[in-house]
Amino acid sequence: MSRAQFEERFFGVLRWIVIAFLAVITVLPFYYMLLLSLKPIDALLLDPGSLWVSTKDFTLSTYRDVLRSTDDGGQGFLKFLLNSALVSLGTVALTLLAAVPGAYAISRLKFFGHRQVSALFLAVYLFPATLLAVPLFVVFAKLHLSSSLVGLAIVYVAQTVPVAIYMLKNYLVTIPYSIEEAAALDGLSRLQTLRKVILPLALPSLMATGLYVFMIAWNEFLFALLFLAADPGKWTVPLGLAQLSNGVEVPKTVLMAGSVVLTIPVILLFFAAERMLTEGLTSGADKS
Amino acid sequence: MTTAPADTGQRRHTGDGSPDRPTEDGRRPMTASRRANRAGLAFVSPTFVVVLVVVILPILWTVLLAFQHARLVDIQGMGLFGHWTLDNFDQVFGSAGFWSSLGTTLLYTVGATFGSIALGLIAALALRKPFRGRGLLRAAMLLPYVAPVVAVSFVWEVALSPQYGIVNEWGRRLFGWDDPIAFLSTRAYEVHLLGLHFDIPLALLTVIAFETWRYFPFAFLFILARLQAVPDGLEEAALVDGATPTQRFRHILLPQLMPVIALLCVLRFILTFNKFDDVYLLTGGGAGTDVAAVRVYDFLTARYDVGAAAAQALVLAVALMILMGLYFKFFGNKVQEESS
Repeated sequence: MSRAQFEERFFGVLRWIVIAFLAVITVLPFYYMLLLSLKPIDALLLDPGSLWVSTKDFTLSTYRDVLRSTDDGGQGFLKFLLNSALVSLGTVALTLLAAVPGAYAISRLKFFGHRQVSALFLAVYLFPATLLAVPLFVVFAKLHLSSSLVGLAIVYVAQTVPVAIYMLKNYLVTIPYSIEEAAALDGLSRLQTLRKVILPLALPSLMATGLYVFMIAWNEFLFALLFLAADPGKWTVPLGLAQLSNGVEVPKTVLMAGSVVLTIPVILLFFAAERMLTEGLTSGADKS
Repeated sequence: MTTAPADTGQRRHTGDGSPDRPTEDGRRPMTASRRANRAGLAFVSPTFVVVLVVVILPILWTVLLAFQHARLVDIQGMGLFGHWTLDNFDQVFGSAGFWSSLGTTLLYTVGATFGSIALGLIAALALRKPFRGRGLLRAAMLLPYVAPVVAVSFVWEVALSPQYGIVNEWGRRLFGWDDPIAFLSTRAYEVHLLGLHFDIPLALLTVIAFETWRYFPFAFLFILARLQAVPDGLEEAALVDGATPTQRFRHILLPQLMPVIALLCVLRFILTFNKFDDVYLLTGGGAGTDVAAVRVYDFLTARYDVGAAAAQALVLAVALMILMGLYFKFFGNKVQEESS
């Protein structure tokens, strides 16, 4: 057997092994999370290695426990879900509002200093969140905005605006210039062109960017911990879950139910728009 | 919605900014480039103001705070410019474990960056050619990246637990482990190999594995997108010449992928270097995983020492800039190629 033949065969087999391995490491943890959330803690302790749940053990009480309000002896995750939704949607709206004109300007218009501004927006994306955490923590303490959901949304805007500009810009440069010239000939001003021509064309990119921003805001943990830790009524789901894990009396299965509740909205959104999102993220990566 | 409000808004806009008609004093109409210049500045300014207020000014303020005595209790009465001091840096550099934490951060970052890009590359190569279920697998493979870090770090914590974790249970059944291994709280795990004893930093390796697992989809996405843009002709020609798969990878694909890999190295390095939540949630910074970002958080919340926290964050950022400077000095061209 020649070297080429050997290699073809070897990599042919190896490829399937790799594919199986990837499927296992990406799906199994999520399956495990779901599995544990559906059984009582005794069943877990009795047989930690089990990969399924027997019908006699199957229970949804973990979810009841997590979602029920604290007054009824639950963990109040419905409230946290609402808080998370408010903060995330607010962040998406504010971020897009702030990012669209800037992304349009740096992708289309050759104004004085546009290279510098464009580089600045990109550089900001790479600044550490910890550098931001300190002053924002102080400012919000001063303004009495700590433990406020509005304050948190503003902090998230700081986190997401740069990446939103980057994604939108990459898409906008692909829209042919002639479309805009045609619009200008029809007597539309720039603002009208942006609103009536460019934005509808960029809708897929706007959705992808919005979705990505939503995910960042929904998953965020550090700032929620810094700003809201003292006020349980304002907790977002990630913070609620993290605080729950510190309580010794909460069974791990209930924690897993909380994890599922936190993860499901993101995964649903993601599968609904997977193609759009991946293209939005990587556009610009494939040109050399 | 009617169009009337929009129209009035439009008229106001042209009234302010439109330089289309000659001005009263008879000057020539503006050239197209000047018009674009004005429009550009007008469009970019709202975004610029937002970025300035929520990002740039806070960062500048961090720099100021790092040189002042500032605890959260007295911040209320403090002006922007207090007494300048270098005490915070004394404290940061002098505090126990500063240098070891910087070393830990570096190990963690290099390990996780390398791991996630290597795994992403392998995944992209394996999923390059279509097969049944590829779309589904590709989507599933992005799960670690999009799922909330709090949820996935719990799953790892539970799965790796010595008491009720599935990993230790299966390890005992399949590999005959005698004692359960505490992956997340063992600073040094003694390994016996060929009669030699040595310690491996188990908790640190575990968080590196976690970070690799969580971020390989990101590298995978970018590398796959680039792979699919490689012209078919190149590889066909190599195939005709009898190149083996490794040769084709080494001489055809890798040169094509180098720019995107270089860009990923920069991005992942920067983002991992500053990573806080993964390590904090998994180990709380214990067992030899005290990365610098967790120390910033500790200064801020355990002692409410804003000045020290700012100084620590600043040291972190400067260290990062130095590393990036070195990187660009040696690999700058490749990254430039990709991002331009």
